[in-house]
Amino acid sequence: MAMVRSTLPRRLMGLASLRAVSTSSMGMFPNQVKIVEVGPRDGLQNEKNIVPTPVKIKLIDMLSEAGLPVIEATSFVSPKWVPQMADHTEVLKGIQKFPGINYPVLTPNLKGFQAAVAAGAKEVSIFGAASELFTKKNINCSIDESLQRFSEVLKAAQAASIPVRGYVSCVLGCPYEGKISPAKVAEVSKKMYSMGCYEISLGDTIGVGTPGLMKDMLSAVMQEVPVAALAVHCHDTYGQALANTLMALQMGVSVVDASVAGLGGCPYAQGASGNLATEDLVYMLTGLGIHTGVNLQKLQEAGTFICQALNRKTRSKVAQATCKL
Amino acid sequence: MGGACFPAGLAQFPSRVPALHPSRIPSIPTMGNVPSAVKHCLSYQQLLREHLWTGDSVTGALDPAQMADHTEVLRGIYRYPGVRYPVLTPNLQGFHRAVAAGATEISVFGAASESFTKKNINCSIEESMEKFEEVVKSSRQMNIPARGYVSCALGCPYEGNITPQKVTEVSKRLYGMGCYEISLGDTTGVGTPGSMKRMLENVMKEIPPSALAVHCHDTYGQALANILMALQMGINVVDSAVSGLGGCPYAKGASGNVATEDLLYMLNGLGLNTGVDLYKVMEAGDFICKAVNKTTNSKVAQTSFSA
Repeated sequence: MAMVRSTLPRRLMGLASLRAVSTSSMGMFPNQVKIVEVGPRDGLQNEKNIVPTPVKIKLIDMLSEAGLPVIEATSFVSPKWVPQMADHTEVLKGIQKFPGINYPVLTPNLKGFQAAVAAGAKEVSIFGAASELFTKKNINCSIDESLQRFSEVLKAAQAASIPVRGYVSCVLGCPYEGKISPAKVAEVSKKMYSMGCYEISLGDTIGVGTPGLMKDMLSAVMQEVPVAALAVHCHDTYGQALANTLMALQMGVSVVDASVAGLGGCPYAQGASGNLATEDLVYMLTGLGIHTGVNLQKLQEAGTFICQALNRKTRSKVAQATCKL
Repeated sequence: MGGACFPAGLAQFPSRVPALHPSRIPSIPTMGNVPSAVKHCLSYQQLLREHLWTGDSVTGALDPAQMADHTEVLRGIYRYPGVRYPVLTPNLQGFHRAVAAGATEISVFGAASESFTKKNINCSIEESMEKFEEVVKSSRQMNIPARGYVSCALGCPYEGNITPQKVTEVSKRLYGMGCYEISLGDTTGVGTPGSMKRMLENVMKEIPPSALAVHCHDTYGQALANILMALQMGINVVDSAVSGLGGCPYAKGASGNVATEDLLYMLNGLGLNTGVDLYKVMEAGDFICKAVNKTTNSKVAQTSFSA
């Protein structure tokens, strides 16, 4: 029999206690949800093979055609660290900029920010984390030091009237530290929000979260940051992404990150899946009567295109199902 | 300000989800031939809860050959104390054979769609209920509990939309004839939490939640979200299949049942007691996937097993 990683359930068993959401809260789903499409950046970043620039540009154009209101286009990070994003300038300059659609780019530091602005960026994102160890391993500094770096970017962005989106990773668990306290997530989120981020995207980076943990974490964060400024970014590593997203919606969150075709794996769990598939998210939201502005058919076309280009199967269940009802 | 988002009054999740009913009914038949010896081993993993008993009237959607060894399997498995081993009995003949082979619990399969019933067992819903009535009546006389399934509870591959009222009507009929529990199945996985809520609200007007179960398919990736909604509504019996075995006979290439491992992961995280050992389920999943040479559909299994 295969060996099961012993760390898996131990993280679960002790963590949860009974939680409740009133059935009456189910009438409180938002009327509309803004989907932030992270496939071209978060998704492709985790793909092993370098994707040619024209393919990236075409993907983003197809996603724009599908009506996604926000598409994270690329990352102005050093090509030494992320070779997949080396063509960031060409991509940002090459895509069609549809009116009404935002194309944020990741900028880990001031240098990246300046390059992004020079390439025409109108919105940027910065990536924090609720885990000291994760921050140390990722960018070789403490959380506080990382926030100091980000404050430089925020000051420059404010001066240039460029909105900044803040990400907080490891909100429901860390590959190194294990359990992450909701209070820590709230603390980091509050700092990034008060530094000037207009929105905080809370990421379950390794997908270990379950709906109860999501609820506890959001309860803590919502005491420091208004819910209208919050987004969730759920990974589907353990199949929990859509259920966790549903809980977040019930709590009042109305911005959800997802990746077309569920692009991207999990760098911490080989063979595991990564992002929530945008198609599956749109299917749920449509079924709930929540407006997204996204054309599912065109979105699926974008998914088919990129999967063919990458020569891999889609992770979207909606895309896999061929039955027409 | 965060407090304003919380409605007044809280309802509890059920404190325990007492019965997982891993259902192999739609799954094994679509997988090609599984030797009897493999099915026996599944039971040793404390996982085998249900076995398909075809009798002579096999439905069109299933491969009759797959379940032909029903007697052998039922007689061959180790019956753990406290674990139930229901078998499907579509008619009286099948029921008698099941009892002769030692069955101590049976299931009958209805549907909330006339077209689906017609295509599957070549009769109307009413005619199918008459057949089931015979079976359930006999089972009650012998003190053998009967579980009722209602397929197409959130949509039908032929009719499309299914009204909650129709689901309630069929469920009430099965419950009224003596089924102790009604498992509501999203047969093609088209449901979303909103349609799950509407359907359950309607059914729960006639049947207490303690007598209801949900059987969600993951064809469109909605299963766990739908199950979460059902739990919030007070349902505490959930069907699932180890490794998410089985596809969808109505959608080639699509996935089928929700994977027991992924369901358990969520329930464990929610602090809901199931009494099921996730490790052992994963071992059972690994075993059956190797035996039938298929990749698991469980995300938990995909992540956890070393390559």
